[in-house]
Amino acid sequence: MDHPFAITLDVGSSLNNQTGSWRVSRPVYLDRLPPCNNACPAGENIQEWLFHAESGDYETAWRALTKNNPLPACMGRVCYHPCEDACNRITVDSAVGINSVERFLGDEAIKKGWKFDKPATETGKKVLVIGAGPSGLSAAYHLRRLGHSVTIRDAGPKAGGMMRFGIPSYRLPRDVLDAEIQRIVDMGVEIKLDSHVANVLQAKTEGKFDAVFLAVGAHIGKHTNIPAGAAAKIVDAVSVLRSMEGGEKPLLGRRVVIYGGGNTALDVARTAKRLGATESIIVYRRNREKMPAHDFELEEALEEGVVMKWLSTIKRFDDDGKLTVEKMKLDETGWPQPTGEYETLEADSVVLALGQDVDLSLLDGVPGLVINKGVVEVNKQMMTGAAGIFAGGDMVPSERTVTVGIGHGKKAARNIDAWLKGETYDAAPKHDLAVADNLNTWYYTDAPHTVRPTLDMVRRQSTFEEVVKGLDETNALYEARRCLSCGNCFECDNCYGVCPDNAVIKLGPGKRFKFNYDYCKGCGICASECPCGAIKMVAEDI
Amino acid sequence: MNNILDLEPTQKLKFYQKGTFTVGNRLVSEEERAVQSSMGRSNSINCGHRGCRGCGEALGARFAVDAAMRACDNNLVVVNATGCLEVFSTPYPESAWQVAWVHSLFGNAAAVATGVAAAYRVKGRKEVRVMAQGGDGGTTDIGLGCLSGMFERNDDVMYICYDNEAYMNTGVQRSSATPPAARTATTDAVGPEPGNVFGTGKSVARIAMAHRIPYVATATVADLHDLERKVIKSMSIHGARYIHINVPCPLGWGAQSHDTIRLARLAVETGIFPVYEGEYGKVTESRKIRDRQPVEAFLKPQRRFAHLFKKPNDPRIAQIQAIADANIAEFDLIAKEDQE
Ligand SMILES: Cc1ncc(C[n+]2csc(CCOP(=O)(O)OP(=O)(O)O)c2C)c(N)n1
Ligand code: SF4
Ligand SMILES: [Mg+2]
Repeated sequence: MDHPFAITLDVGSSLNNQTGSWRVSRPVYLDRLPPCNNACPAGENIQEWLFHAESGDYETAWRALTKNNPLPACMGRVCYHPCEDACNRITVDSAVGINSVERFLGDEAIKKGWKFDKPATETGKKVLVIGAGPSGLSAAYHLRRLGHSVTIRDAGPKAGGMMRFGIPSYRLPRDVLDAEIQRIVDMGVEIKLDSHVANVLQAKTEGKFDAVFLAVGAHIGKHTNIPAGAAAKIVDAVSVLRSMEGGEKPLLGRRVVIYGGGNTALDVARTAKRLGATESIIVYRRNREKMPAHDFELEEALEEGVVMKWLSTIKRFDDDGKLTVEKMKLDETGWPQPTGEYETLEADSVVLALGQDVDLSLLDGVPGLVINKGVVEVNKQMMTGAAGIFAGGDMVPSERTVTVGIGHGKKAARNIDAWLKGETYDAAPKHDLAVADNLNTWYYTDAPHTVRPTLDMVRRQSTFEEVVKGLDETNALYEARRCLSCGNCFECDNCYGVCPDNAVIKLGPGKRFKFNYDYCKGCGICASECPCGAIKMVAEDI
Repeated sequence: MNNILDLEPTQKLKFYQKGTFTVGNRLVSEEERAVQSSMGRSNSINCGHRGCRGCGEALGARFAVDAAMRACDNNLVVVNATGCLEVFSTPYPESAWQVAWVHSLFGNAAAVATGVAAAYRVKGRKEVRVMAQGGDGGTTDIGLGCLSGMFERNDDVMYICYDNEAYMNTGVQRSSATPPAARTATTDAVGPEPGNVFGTGKSVARIAMAHRIPYVATATVADLHDLERKVIKSMSIHGARYIHINVPCPLGWGAQSHDTIRLARLAVETGIFPVYEGEYGKVTESRKIRDRQPVEAFLKPQRRFAHLFKKPNDPRIAQIQAIADANIAEFDLIAKEDQE
């Protein structure tokens, strides 16, 4: 070969030198489970829909959201958003306002008239859902998506269950609820109203259903024995809230005492105020720390002039409107004990908000089905002891919130679908949790000084639902972009940019990246500088 | 939709809490993303080079040369001084460079670049741009004479110094850019004053400014957007230009290979390495500290400073802190709204 003077070798490239052989540990891309998703009782993939919302593609965001939850406009108002408590952004500044973006997407969908697709194929299987509350609606939606034919039967005059008859309209406007239910009906779900089911087995056989999902809400208010005069007005909270939906508003008088410490007690107290009560007093036997109601709801109630009477129990309610309460004291275990000290209040009515039960009479005589402490026992597949009969929501042992109900509906639907095919549904194993330590938060800036105050205000408003002002588009976009994308690549190009060995291959928009292990020396800069913790270093076997 | 690009221009990038500082960002236009995010970047220094695992100099060189390539439509000639960057990239007959590249000696890169620029000028090849690059040894010590000449004649060359704070290629010997107290092969951590001496310091960026050349800047591998902006700006100017880039060296600093960028970031956030730019002898702008850290945060992860932490409250840490504080004051490194 001809070489110039004093040159003996051919021109070579450094590509001949495969520096990958130096490696002692290798970077690997992974998806970790964002803490918001992990905390969501409805199993929403929050990080995923925020990702789409960030680029302003709200319809794709809404479609990604509704893969798991068909009621975002409702949930964006009434969910207690455990996702926000779990949000990693708290370690940077404050949680992403997930709930307010969800509400924005839900409202946007109603405004734009986005619909759910009908299933591509029909399975020919028939499923009966009993109860048109959050759990029943969610199950019906998911079953319908899977191609089953679904009938919902509900004893009430309108669909929505507790969302309509338990949650005041100042927290959930009925036109929003109606719109989201209608969208499920439009998929071909049949809802039969005023259709009480007296016996589940009979209903199943008569309707030739292949499976049943029980989703009856806890509509019976618990009572306690209060010595009272014949004319003393004692009602229960659920009935009060339910009658708010009818033509005749409940008559509670000017001085209303509510007995209990849960969210329902607050809902009634605030409803009483709205009905014109001058005094709305909550009597609760324990103190604020022990109160099961959510703190922000208490705050809102106090702002509206609701008065709290802590550490008190009701002893007697006389005809002349004299209500006798006894002061309580917490013992070492935190349990209230009587003190023997009494005082009297004036009241026109007493509303009992002491918890609720489910009417289980439709389950009498179902072989194999087990009832324990007023709820139905189910296995991991959410199936009761009776084959083909599944249950969820308030009927099974669990926290009773709308979001939990929606989650049960989804889970039951997947299990019913598998059962109808003679299979068992196995949820995919959960990814490792993306904890704050996995993140490199340097790459996320704080909100600029100029926009921070307005945002704070909007964020606050969106939890105080009465100030009926959601995020507008710019704010929603801003809020969505605060998401750190914990544990999931958002294609920021950092790994591609920071590799000193040019050993990261960028595959193009939406396709993420690949390591070139022929040259990667395993320095680990990509893993350290990945903002969202989507790369981990794994020791090589050497 | 309320397009993000319609918002006030000053807020455009700030508005992105996600990805404001990342290399790329799917939410902004291509032009606003770093050169390094582009699939078509030139990868001026390619895979297979023999730089150590996590080498900051290899990284800084790709950042800078790729940006320069973009700025002049790839009509670039690079003159390299002797040092790690030259040795690890070009073991005869292999080369990792995907750019016209020439190496001559340890101390003469600036002079060779002057010659290359003159040759193209004579040939009327106006489109061809010339840059020179070298380590801190090649720049602040042995090459300083040639460099000063290049400045003073205002030759049309962009000179970039990759400062890893010692003569790394020959085994970590002290240079005039080695920080006080740092242990090197020639400033052992023994005796009453272990490590490098607390001298008067030497800033070639300020020496360059004393020549009143059109453009001088400092940068680090921790802030890619800032680095690329400076290279591209410098490429828009004719005459002598100087950019001094801090590039951590895991081997010489005794640091973890994955900490390269973190250390550069800490050098800035502590005030130890001030990032600024200047034109015609005057400082025009400095990059503000985002999250101020005590100097220990920078010193501790490096074995070259381990002797400072053998016993509690070594007074030399306070001396280093005083140097950082002086930088912060001199270059105005704390934003007005962050000053209490
Ligand atoms: C005139 C001369 N003296 C000494 C050397 C040996 N030598 C080669 S590279 C080098 C050190 C380079 O240090 P620096 O410029 O800081 O670059 P780094 O390797 O740290 O990147 C030395 C001393 C040489 N090549 N030429
Ligand atoms: S000694 Fe330092 S500068 Fe040289 S190749 Fe290694 S890490 Fe890079
Ligand atoms: Mg050096």
